[in-house]
Amino acid sequence: MRVMVFVHATEDSEKGDYSSHADEFEAMGKYNEELVQAGVMLAGEGLQPSSHGKRVDFAADGASSRVIDGPFAEAKEVIGGFWIWQVSSMEEAVEWLRRAPFRGQQVELRRILEPADFEGQLPPEIIEDEARLRAQTKSPAEG
Amino acid sequence: MSQQSASQRPASKQPPEQVRRTVEAVWRIESARLIAALARVTGDVGLAEDLAQDALVAALEQWPARGVPDNPGAWLTAVARRRYVDTVRRAITFERKAAELDIQAKLDTKTENPMDEIEFDSHVTDDVLKLIFTACHPVLSRDGRVALTLKLVGGLSTEQVARAFLVPTPTMAARITRAKKALADAKVRFEVPVGPELAHRFASVLEVVYLIFNEGYAATSGESWYRAELCDEAMRLGRMLSALAPDEPEAHGLVALMEIQASRIPARTGPGGQPVTLLEQDRARWNRLLITHGLAALATATATATAANSAGQTSQRGPYLLQAELAACHARAGTAADTDWPRIVALYETLGALAPSPVIELNRAVAVAMADGPAKALAIVDSLADEPALRGYHLLPAVRADLLARLGQADQAREEFERAAALTANDSERAHLLRRAAAAAAG
Repeated sequence: MRVMVFVHATEDSEKGDYSSHADEFEAMGKYNEELVQAGVMLAGEGLQPSSHGKRVDFAADGASSRVIDGPFAEAKEVIGGFWIWQVSSMEEAVEWLRRAPFRGQQVELRRILEPADFEGQLPPEIIEDEARLRAQTKSPAEG
Repeated sequence: MSQQSASQRPASKQPPEQVRRTVEAVWRIESARLIAALARVTGDVGLAEDLAQDALVAALEQWPARGVPDNPGAWLTAVARRRYVDTVRRAITFERKAAELDIQAKLDTKTENPMDEIEFDSHVTDDVLKLIFTACHPVLSRDGRVALTLKLVGGLSTEQVARAFLVPTPTMAARITRAKKALADAKVRFEVPVGPELAHRFASVLEVVYLIFNEGYAATSGESWYRAELCDEAMRLGRMLSALAPDEPEAHGLVALMEIQASRIPARTGPGGQPVTLLEQDRARWNRLLITHGLAALATATATATAANSAGQTSQRGPYLLQAELAACHARAGTAADTDWPRIVALYETLGALAPSPVIELNRAVAVAMADGPAKALAIVDSLADEPALRGYHLLPAVRADLLARLGQADQAREEFERAAALTANDSERAHLLRRAAAAAAG
C-alpha cells in the first residue's frame, strides 16, 4: 500500500526562511537517506511558501470559478511538503513517521486510495467510464 | 484528531492486536539492520537471527503491558545485545578450563558494549549489503535464497513467507533452517565479495529479487493471477539494493524493470478477473507514480552504465537494464498504436546476443509481428518448435496460435490455442486461451 505524508508549513517555511534551520535540514537529509535505503520512498518534495501559491475556487454549481492568490490562512493549515511511501501497513507508516526529526509539528498520514476502495460503492461502469474518459483526455488520438 | 503527542504510548490505549501489529511494523523496519549488525559482531548470521528473534519475542511479551518504547529499534538492539552477552558467558561456563582466557578476552573487547556500533551509520548500510549477499549466496538452493532473503532482509515472518509461496508454515520453517545450516556448513563469510567473485554473487542477488517479483507478478501455481504484496516486497528489496550499491547499473535497471512492470498491475485483469494483454490494457489505469519512478531509475541505470564504460570497465548494458528499456518502450507509448516496435525488435536482438535464449527469441517474434507482420514472425516461431527449453511452455503455442489467427488460418489457430490451454497451470489464463480457441473456431 501507498501512503501520503502531509507536512504542514511552519511560520518560517511560509516566510521562505530556511537559513536558521540548517541543522533540521541536515537531520531531514539523513532521514530521507534512511527512507531511500529501506526502499520505502517513492516521492518526497518540499513546497514553496503559499504566498507563491494559487487556489481556484469553484462555484457550487460548477459553472464558474475564480482564482485566489496566496498566502493562505494560518501556516499550520497550509501544506509545506509531502512524501509518498510504499509500506506494508499503516502501522509501518506510523513507525517510520515517528522516526522523523520534526519538532513541535503535526504531520498527517493518509492511505492512497486503490481501485478496490471504490468497488461496491460506485457501479463498475462508472469506474470504467471514468478511466476511459481520462484515457481520452490524455490522448485524443486513441480510437 | 487528538492533540496529544505522548511519545510513549500507554498499553491501556492500545488493544493487544494493535500492539502486535505495531511490533510487526517495527520488526519490518528494524530487523534487517538489527540482524546485519549482530551478524557483524558475531560473524554468524544464524546466531544473529536467533538473537534478533529473542528480542522480538521479548517485545511481544513486554510492549503490550509497558507500551511501545520511544525508540523501539534501540530497545530491540539492547535486548539482543544482552542475549549475546549471556550466550558468550554461557560459553565460558561450558568451556571454562580450555577457553576462558580466550573468550574473556573477546568479552573484554566487546562487552563494554558489544553492540555500541549498532546505529544507523555507513557501517550498518554496509552490514545490510553483506546480509543481502549472504542470504542470496549461491551455495543455497533458489528456494532457500528466496526464503532467507524475505525472512532476513525483508523482515517477513516465516508464516508470511509460507503464505506467499502457498506452502505450509512447517515446510517453510524447515526450508529456512536448512538454508541457515547450509550457510554455516559452507562457512560462508559475512562480507561483500570482491574481485571476480563480485559479479557472480551480484547476479545471484538480482536473480533472487526478480524471482520474488515474478512469483508475485504471475503466480503460475495459484488461482490468483498475481500476488501484489510479493511484487511490493521485491521492489522494496530492489530499491534497497540500488541505494546500497549505487554504482551497479543492473541494480537500478532491475528497479526500473520491476516498477514499470508493476505499474500495469491495475490494468492486467478485467472486471471478471480475466487477464488483459498488454496491448489491450487501458493505459489510464497504469500507475503513473511507478512509471515516473521506474523511468528515473532507468535513467540512473543508463548513466551509471555509461560512467562505468568511460571508466574503462567492462560494464555494458546488462540484461535487466535492457529488459527495463523494453518495458519503458510500452510505458512511454500513449496508446498501443504508438509503440516503437522497431526499437523493441532491436532491444530483443541485443538481449538475445547477450544471453541467447529461446524465450527471448519468442518475444522477439512477437515484436517482429508488430513491426513487420505475422508471416515473418511465424517463421521465427516455427524455428523454435524443437527447442527443448520451450517444451511444455504454453506461450509457444499461444503465440503461434495468435499469429495463425491473424493470418486467417482459423483451424490451426484453434488447435494451438487449445494446446496452450492444456499446458498452462494458471486457471484464469487457461480460461482466456479457451475463449480465444472458441473465437478462432467461430471465425
